[in-house]
Amino acid sequence: MRIPFYKLFAGLIAVLSIQSATAEEVVVYSARNEQLIKPLFDAYTKETGVAVKFITDKEGPLMARLKAEGSNTPADMLMTVDAGNLWQAAEEGLLKPVNSKTLTANIPAHLRDPDSEWFGLSVRARTLVYNKERVKPGELTTYEDLANPKWKGRLCLRTSKKVYNQSLVAMMIYEHGEGKTEDIVASWVKNLAAPPFPDDTKAMEAVAAGQCDVTLVNTYYFGRLMEKSPNLPLAIFWPNQNLKSKDAGVHVNISGAGITRHAKNPAGAIKLLEWLSSEKAQNLYADVNLEYPVNAKVKPDPTVSAWGGFRQNLINVKEAGRLQAKAVKLMDRVGYK
Amino acid sequence: MPETTLLAAKTPATGVFAFTRPTSWQVIAILIALLVVIPVVVIFSAWGKSETDILRHMAEFVLPELLSNTFWLLLGVGLGVTFLGVSLAWLTAMCDFPGRGFFSWALLLPLAIPAYVLAFVVIGLLDFTGPLQTALREAFGPLKLPQIRSRGGVILVMSLALYPYVYLIARNAFMTQGRTALEAAQSLGVNRWQGFFRVALPMARPWIAAGVMLALMETLADFGTVAIFNYDTFTTAIYKAWFSLFSLSAASQLASILIVFVLVLVLAEQHSRSNMKYGTVGRSVSHRRIVLSRKQGWLAAIYTGGVFSIAFLIPMVQLLIWAFDAAATDLDARYWAFVRHSLWLSGLGAFIVTLLALLLGYAGRQQPGHSMLLIQRIATIGYAIPGAVLAVGIFIPVAWLDNQLIDWLKPHGWQGTALLKGTLLVMLLAYAVRFLAVGFGSVDAGLQRITRSIDEAARVMGSHTWSLLSRIHLPMLRASLFTAAALSFVDIMKEMPITLMTRPFGWDTLAVRVFEMTSEGEWERAALPSVAIVLAGLLPVIFLASRGDKQ
Repeated sequence: MRIPFYKLFAGLIAVLSIQSATAEEVVVYSARNEQLIKPLFDAYTKETGVAVKFITDKEGPLMARLKAEGSNTPADMLMTVDAGNLWQAAEEGLLKPVNSKTLTANIPAHLRDPDSEWFGLSVRARTLVYNKERVKPGELTTYEDLANPKWKGRLCLRTSKKVYNQSLVAMMIYEHGEGKTEDIVASWVKNLAAPPFPDDTKAMEAVAAGQCDVTLVNTYYFGRLMEKSPNLPLAIFWPNQNLKSKDAGVHVNISGAGITRHAKNPAGAIKLLEWLSSEKAQNLYADVNLEYPVNAKVKPDPTVSAWGGFRQNLINVKEAGRLQAKAVKLMDRVGYK
Repeated sequence: MPETTLLAAKTPATGVFAFTRPTSWQVIAILIALLVVIPVVVIFSAWGKSETDILRHMAEFVLPELLSNTFWLLLGVGLGVTFLGVSLAWLTAMCDFPGRGFFSWALLLPLAIPAYVLAFVVIGLLDFTGPLQTALREAFGPLKLPQIRSRGGVILVMSLALYPYVYLIARNAFMTQGRTALEAAQSLGVNRWQGFFRVALPMARPWIAAGVMLALMETLADFGTVAIFNYDTFTTAIYKAWFSLFSLSAASQLASILIVFVLVLVLAEQHSRSNMKYGTVGRSVSHRRIVLSRKQGWLAAIYTGGVFSIAFLIPMVQLLIWAFDAAATDLDARYWAFVRHSLWLSGLGAFIVTLLALLLGYAGRQQPGHSMLLIQRIATIGYAIPGAVLAVGIFIPVAWLDNQLIDWLKPHGWQGTALLKGTLLVMLLAYAVRFLAVGFGSVDAGLQRITRSIDEAARVMGSHTWSLLSRIHLPMLRASLFTAAALSFVDIMKEMPITLMTRPFGWDTLAVRVFEMTSEGEWERAALPSVAIVLAGLLPVIFLASRGDKQ
């Protein structure tokens, strides 16, 4: 009997191929760290019997990968740690809309895509952290106020190359327009006490050491740092709370996910997504990194609750993606490194 | 009788565009180069898409400063690694001083610490908030101290992280030069310093240049280290275009400019010594070392000890302290798998890199000429391309091929999403594309030291190409091959973007762990996998060192 070459080849490959996915399995491309998502996926598998296979990388490479694989991607879900990249993935046609009452009920409208291609799963609040010994109460008010000359030599910032500050500036462009935002950011740069830092933690340590008085960070970095060194003279301030605009509030970003356009198991992936937004998963999702749950019915971790409540900025986070390139160019123009 | 010669001779010229039938060696070299050419072509193909907007923005607001930053960084690191590498190699190879035996291998150890990890540790120790400045402030009040997060700081850290390339290759050169030429020079009235600068240094030039070129290529491709210093280089612009401005094509266009620049740089370097031919006749025997005076000896010990402490000992102690804290929560049974994957990938990758480097170098020996030199330079360009850009350049054609194959197999009942992508084969070839320069640098240096008269003598006696390789060249090349394998082993161990992009599901390595921790700024927790990388990287370093001393 002659076996056709292609059958031999296919058989050989089938034996060798490590990725012969079972029908049930959900495959995730994740920019969220392994140590943050693995506990969730393990819990999901335990509860439902459905295996979750995932691979981590940065957003840029993951999206390039999805694009190159086209219809033959193994991935069912793309997970990122900011809205900008999800917006970009949707823009490039890598995701597909999901019609799910559960998701729309669990996730507030400003934290998911109006076209339902991606959904926030946790909230990352970017706020002010100041040195309690060097800043008088009442001195702090808004992000914009950090442009005031009274902060000259007192401000520390993380680099403009991290997406968190890009998103913040993008949202400011949405609120104030490019011209005014450019003035504000230019004044931030003038007020800097030290060259921008590579991460939020370093910037807070500089504030604690008295190199400067105030900085802008995601709250979970503050939580982590205080857990390690509880005696640092640092405190959180929630800016933009009492403004006239009904949308004004603390700048928030999301970590979130969307279903890939060419998902092999879209139904399974949607189920996983819904589960991640559910009350039982939300604590596990957010608490492991001291973030805020998106699901309003779920209370944050006690450490996080202790920082007090705040009003969120209610503008849809997709603007952070849409205006990101503008924001980056603006920061380049004013010399914010 | 060992004897080193520095001959002036022209290599026979065969034109680049000569339309003669390629020999089998040329075919082999071209096939190896093709591995690199394919991703490079993918990167260059980005010019098909117009990104005038981004490029104009970059040219106006970003590039002027970045180009000057990059220039100073290259100059600084170039001088830094040359000075450190050559001086340390000379001292440990040629002079006797207290601790020489220990330092001659210990000075290789910084190789195992990824440069970005060294950067983080050094900044942690020396910045305003670090223990040193804090203590000084507490003792003397507010001080105006030089800023570590500066051009000087980044040059210092990268020089400390990259000097081992120069050190290793230069030391091999000094040791195999033998003493004859130097003694001959001294008998002609040349003193010790003149002997170093006028005889030993020029004789070791191609090897020093090879090491410096590796360090410069890595500097150009580096993103992690400069990011920690927030020191923007040309590579920063590439990633800015991609990650921040969402344009992979603009990023690829910028990367292609970088590739052309590097190609010009290596060809210029090569051209500048194209009239030189270097070789060692016979095997070098062990030589007497220069005896330093007591004071000189201790100065040498303090200098080498100082470099060793700053580049390895102090950062290692800091890493161990952090790793110990992290181990309580992070160290679990999975670490064995991470270590195993790292060792497997590095081992297999190093083997392939060394094999391809040997073939490429040997092709050059069998078929010298301008076109071969060009092919070799192109084949080794992968080392200068920023890792993530190269990873995509490799992934795109692999995914394309996969899609073609799947389209072809689907009608026959094939159900699956991957044939080649996500296999170890692709991953290992990707490593080869990235690190061929590392292997080639040392293999080629070794080959150049074998004079052609040996080949001719062997041929006259009826030896054919393969038996010439296996019976004469391979034994003489052993040290160079081990160096090539060890360098690529350690480099693959530290490699991040290609590993992330091409690894099969579940094949997480130590470098992947470092990524998981550092991507959200958890540097202290990243110390645990970093320490594991250093420990695993020690294996080949110690191996190299023990071989070096037998020589």
